[in-house]
Order: sequence, then structure tokens, then C-alpha cells
Amino acid sequence: MTTLGIDLGTTHTAVATEADDGGVTVVDLPQLVARGSVEARPLLPSFLYLAHESDGAQALPWDETRTFAVGEAARARGLDAPTRVIASAKSWLSHAGVDRRSPLLPRDAPDDVERLSPVEVSWRYLEHVTEALQHGHGIDAASAHVVLTVPASFDAAARELTVEAALAAGLENVTLLEEPQAALYAWLARRGDAWRKELRVGDVVLVVDVGGGTTDFSAIAVRDDDGALALERVAVGQHILLGGDNMDLFLAHVCEEKLDQELGPFERAGLLFACRAAKEALLADGGPDAVPIAVAKRGAKLLGGTLRTELTRDEIARVILEGFFPQVELGAQPIARPRAALRSMGLPYADDAAITRHLSGFLTRQATASGGEGPILRPTRVLFNGGVMKSTRLRERLLAALNGWLMAVGAEPAQELEGADYDLAVARGALAFGLARKGRGVRIRGGTARAYYVGIEGNAPAIPGVEPPLDLLCVAPFGMEEGAATEMQSAELGVVVGEPVRLRFFGSSVRRDDASGARFSQRRAHDVDELAPIEVTLPEGDRTLGDVVPVYLRSELTEVGTLKLFAVPHVPKKDGERWEIELSVRE
Amino acid sequence: MSFSARLFFAWACFFRVLFDGAFAARANTVRDVLPPAPPPDPAPVKEALKLAKPAPASIDAALQLLALFQREGRFVDFLEQDITTFPDADVGTAARVVHEGCRRALHGHGKVEPIHAEEEGKKVDVPSGFDGATLKLVGNVSGKGPYRGTLQHRGWRVVGLSLPEGLAGFDATIVAPAEVEL
Repeated sequence: MTTLGIDLGTTHTAVATEADDGGVTVVDLPQLVARGSVEARPLLPSFLYLAHESDGAQALPWDETRTFAVGEAARARGLDAPTRVIASAKSWLSHAGVDRRSPLLPRDAPDDVERLSPVEVSWRYLEHVTEALQHGHGIDAASAHVVLTVPASFDAAARELTVEAALAAGLENVTLLEEPQAALYAWLARRGDAWRKELRVGDVVLVVDVGGGTTDFSAIAVRDDDGALALERVAVGQHILLGGDNMDLFLAHVCEEKLDQELGPFERAGLLFACRAAKEALLADGGPDAVPIAVAKRGAKLLGGTLRTELTRDEIARVILEGFFPQVELGAQPIARPRAALRSMGLPYADDAAITRHLSGFLTRQATASGGEGPILRPTRVLFNGGVMKSTRLRERLLAALNGWLMAVGAEPAQELEGADYDLAVARGALAFGLARKGRGVRIRGGTARAYYVGIEGNAPAIPGVEPPLDLLCVAPFGMEEGAATEMQSAELGVVVGEPVRLRFFGSSVRRDDASGARFSQRRAHDVDELAPIEVTLPEGDRTLGDVVPVYLRSELTEVGTLKLFAVPHVPKKDGERWEIELSVRE
Repeated sequence: MSFSARLFFAWACFFRVLFDGAFAARANTVRDVLPPAPPPDPAPVKEALKLAKPAPASIDAALQLLALFQREGRFVDFLEQDITTFPDADVGTAARVVHEGCRRALHGHGKVEPIHAEEEGKKVDVPSGFDGATLKLVGNVSGKGPYRGTLQHRGWRVVGLSLPEGLAGFDATIVAPAEVEL
């Protein structure tokens, strides 16, 4: 069976497959690059354009009548018709504050645009990938074993919705894999057996993944397993909407101030491009002291209208190094802006732009993840991933901050794992993992990166103005492995037939010791985050509408890598009677 | 030379002439001493036309390339504007836009590599029976090989060029549509 690794990224999607010689190749994906013009490229921009009728069909070699476009043409259209273009759908997919199955995108679309749900957009991207594989390479993705990557910080609902999108796109055999793990798999595959000499028992590998729109941290420990080296993912960070795009935007803003002119969206997009290139040149070793920036105006007259400014090394140092990678003290925490009472429905972008502070927060929160004493988790190795980390200077800067903290707690400095592949490692690693599942190569263990809890109201008389006390019942312990199941028979819930029952749902990425069925008061738990609520409806059938049925909860971690929750009746009317609880419900 | 090869050559020469004074001077000398083009031999041309019917695909590829350079680097805008009245500073600023965009486009679609590894201006040996397609003798061309001379131009070779494909039913001569903002 063919194995495919798909990196469904926030800004780009990439696919890897096995080459004829057993190696890994990244597949070129045919896509519309401009009207009537198709090209195969290794990266498919994760953008979707809902075409206006004046634009005609967004024809592809395999579909002449398509009314939307995915890929480069859609990304480009985002510059001049932004209200019809969907970007960052993946961030919406993990946004617990909205109903991710409802048509929300594009947010600012005019009334004549039919909006799509975050799930459907992901489905369209994956559908394009399957079509591109079929028509460009004769690969049948539907029957292939597909390893689909998700951020380590994706919660149970976001993972479930990703699988939903994959199924809708016709991918029937999907396994989920955390992106930082995929990056490490890619490194392992590249190293071959030599990795066993480079990593030792007791090593903790910190994976720092800074992409276009998101930042993701994970820690993977090297353990001894009957004399052989084993890898275990011990901690994952929170979902941080912060990445290279923020840096380019900031630089563009600096240039715009210097130009002292109001720029239109087209000019601003050109400026962003120029700033990205300037950033890379100025961050390079031995790079120039200043890079000229030229921004063309919209019309056909290029001369006379083109604006000119420059970015200097000092500005890059101030904006990028001090703004995004400041050297902060041991134990520094990301700064959260106080929220206005009226929360906007937009994406929850990170308040603090300092990636080093987010890293410090992660290491502090996960201080004991690998069995250490604290006050921070002590990585010994660092694997960098993501386009931003291509810059040697930024890697050194991050490493210097980390090693400063490690020195402060008397630990050895961490070393970078050489030989990373910053852009395509996730797709390559996903494929390597797919092959490892067939028994070739090492596997990273770890199970669920969170413990999950259901909120159950305690028995207390109502007091006006005071919320009734809430107990948290652990329904899936931290590190639950694929194929495992657990039942919470001691906690009984009464469900009314025909009436949907909604439960509050919680997760924690640090509570490692709660067994399934553990119950405690929410007031004592500050390390638990509320997730989107969950819901179950007992259908009328063998039971009478309005009857109260006593049930208990059962959880399973599927082979795909998703969490399933069920309500099981204490007295079943037939064998195996149970009802699935829907994750992620919003009005 | 095919149209797309000429387009590439013209494009490469354009920037060299603009930014490399020495090259411009040399190119100018070559232009002066260039023998007048021999009158086209009518028979072979007809023959060639018969052999290779005007292939719409190759014209289409050239148009795709032009559209690509226009999209990414405003190439057509630049060529079609009369630049004689503008000061060098304006030409230079615009050239940055064209250079940055077209270079990104070119490098994203193939690789251009020098044919000769030696630095220009250095003495080089040319074996007899060399490939006349990749190396050209200039100056006092006479005698039998091996030859020894000064490398004037390293040459360029395009490797693995892949261009966007035009879809049937779309007019490839539209390299950039007119735009009206609502």
C-alpha cells in the first residue's frame, strides 16, 4: 500500500511519498497559479478563493467548471480581492470559541459569497491534494495510508475535526501525527542509524517549530527500553498564533512609517515580499548593512511611481531580535493583555510577540515533565523547524536564551541537532512515521498530550450570584495510548431521552497523575483549561421520550489518534448499546 | 535560437548591460564588429517551416513565461514604459522591482548555471573537437585545436526549467488583465 505524509499547514501544504529507491520525495502539486495557468509546485499555499462570477470558472485540468481555487492563484487573489479569500483556516479549526462546522469564512465576505466552515476549507485543501496526486502522479490517495500532521497543541476536538475533513476529502485510511514529532522523525530518517550515537539515554530534545503563522514547542525524552533507546514525547506547548508573518508585518510597518505614505493593499503586499527578502538577507552571516526596498505602485507605469526606502541591520536587530527574540530572565512568562469585556470573534492571536518568553513559559509550565526537579524543564538537545528557523542568527539567539536559563539552574548547555530540513521536514517526517508503523524504524511514544475532564455540577444549594461548584471528572488520563479505552463507572449521570445533554469539557497539558475516574473540585485546579463543550443526545427508540437513563462515560483513543467519548447505559437494552458524545459544540 | 531561448538571453543581457559596465562595453564592441547577418537562404527556411509547423505550444510557453515575469516582476510594464526621460535613480529603483521579482520567478522555475567554471578574464584551454553548441571561439578564429584563449563570457545553461501550463480555452496572449477597482 502506498504511504503518504501530508503536512496540512496553516500557510502551506506539502506531501511526501516514498521514492522508487526507498527514499523520500516531496511531490509537486499541480495548482492554478494564475487565470488559465497551471503549474506543479512542491508547496500548495493553504488559501481558498471563492470566485466572483466575473472571474469565470477556476478551471483545472481535471475540472473545467470549478467555482473556487486552492493554492497559489488563491493566495495571489488574496492581495487584490481579500474579502473573497480564506486564509489561516487551520487556526480557525483549532479555535474553540466558534462553531467550527458552521460557515464562517471568509470573515469579511460580502453577502453574495457563500461562506465555508473551517472544516470544509480543510476538506477542500485535502481534496485538492488528492486530485493533484491522482492527475499529476497517478497516486490514489483514497486507498493510501495517509499520515496527516496536526500541531501538538491541537486538542481532541480539533483533531477530530481534522479527521472529519480528511474523510470528506475521501482519505479513508488516516493516522494523525503531531508536527514536532514529524520534524524529529524527519531528522531521524535523515540520520539513519547514526542517531543512536548522537542521542543518549537521559537526553531531552526540545523541538522548536516556528512557521509562518504559528509557534509550537514539544519535548521528547530519550529513555532506556530494555537496553535499547526509546523516544517518548513528554510535553507539548500551547497553541501560539505567532510566527514569521508577524515579523514581516512588523517590518513592513516600520518601512511604511519611513515612506510616510498611506499604502494600498497591493503596495503593502509588495512591501511584505520585499521585507521578507530583506529580513533574510540582513539576518544572514556577513550580510549587507542595509537592503534597499522598492515598492511598485499598482498601475502599468513602473518608473516614477515606485517608492524607495531601505531596511538596515540595526532595524532588524531592534525589530526582530529585540521584539521577537529578546533575552529574557529565567522563568519569564508571556505577557497577556487584559481582555476587553466584549471578546471579538476573531482568531486568538498571541498578545506577546516574544517567542523567547513563550518558550520560557513552556519550560516553566512543563518543569517536571521529564522527571526533573524544576524550576524549568532542562532540554539537552534542540531541533529547530519551520521557515523562520532557517536563519542561523535566530537559531543562535534562541539557543543563547535557553542556555542562559540552563546555566542559571546549573544545567549543561543544550546543543542544536544539526541537519534539520526547515520547510519540508514535517511532510517528510510524516512519511517516515508511516513507514515506521510498517515496522521500519523507531517510533516515538507518548499517547495523548493532555488529560481530559468533564465538568459535573456538585450537589450544593443554589446561592444567588455564585456559580454552583463544579467537579472535574478525569475521562482520559494524560498519555493515553492508541487503542486504549477506559470507563468511569463510578460516576453516574442521568440523561433524558430525546433531550440533548451538554457537558463542560476541560483539558490539561500538565496534570500527568490523574487516573481515569479521578474527581476533584475545579476551584483547586488552576492548571486546567476549558475547551469547547461536548454534547450527547439519546435518540428515541427502544426507550420512551422523557425517560431518565442512568449512564456512565467511556473513552477510547482510536488508532487514527482521535479521542472518542461514549455514554453507556448502566442497564443496556441491547448488546453494546452506547451513544457517541460529540466533541466541539457551539451555538 | 528559439523564441524562449532568445527571451532568456535578452533578459540576462539586459541586466548585465545595465549593471555591469565592463560587460556593456564589451557587448558594445561585439555589436560594432558583428558581421552583417547573412541573407537568409530561402530554401532551408521553407524546408524548416515545412518540417516544424508553427507549434502553438511553444508560443504558449513563451507567453506563459512573459506572464510569469510580469506577475512576479512587472517585466512587461518595465519594457513598455519609455524610460529615456527618467533619471538613473528612478530607473534603478524600478529595476530593483523587476530584478527581485523576475529573479525569484526564474529561480523558482529552473536553474541557470554558468557553462564554464573558470572566472572571466582567465586563460583557458579548449580541446580540439569541443562542443560548438556550448562554447564559441571569438576573435582571431583560425587554425586547428587544441586552443588557448581568454574566457570572455562564462555562458549560461538553463537546467530543469518548468513553466506554468496554459489551459485550453484561455487566451495566453493576455499576459496581464486590465484591473478596475470597485
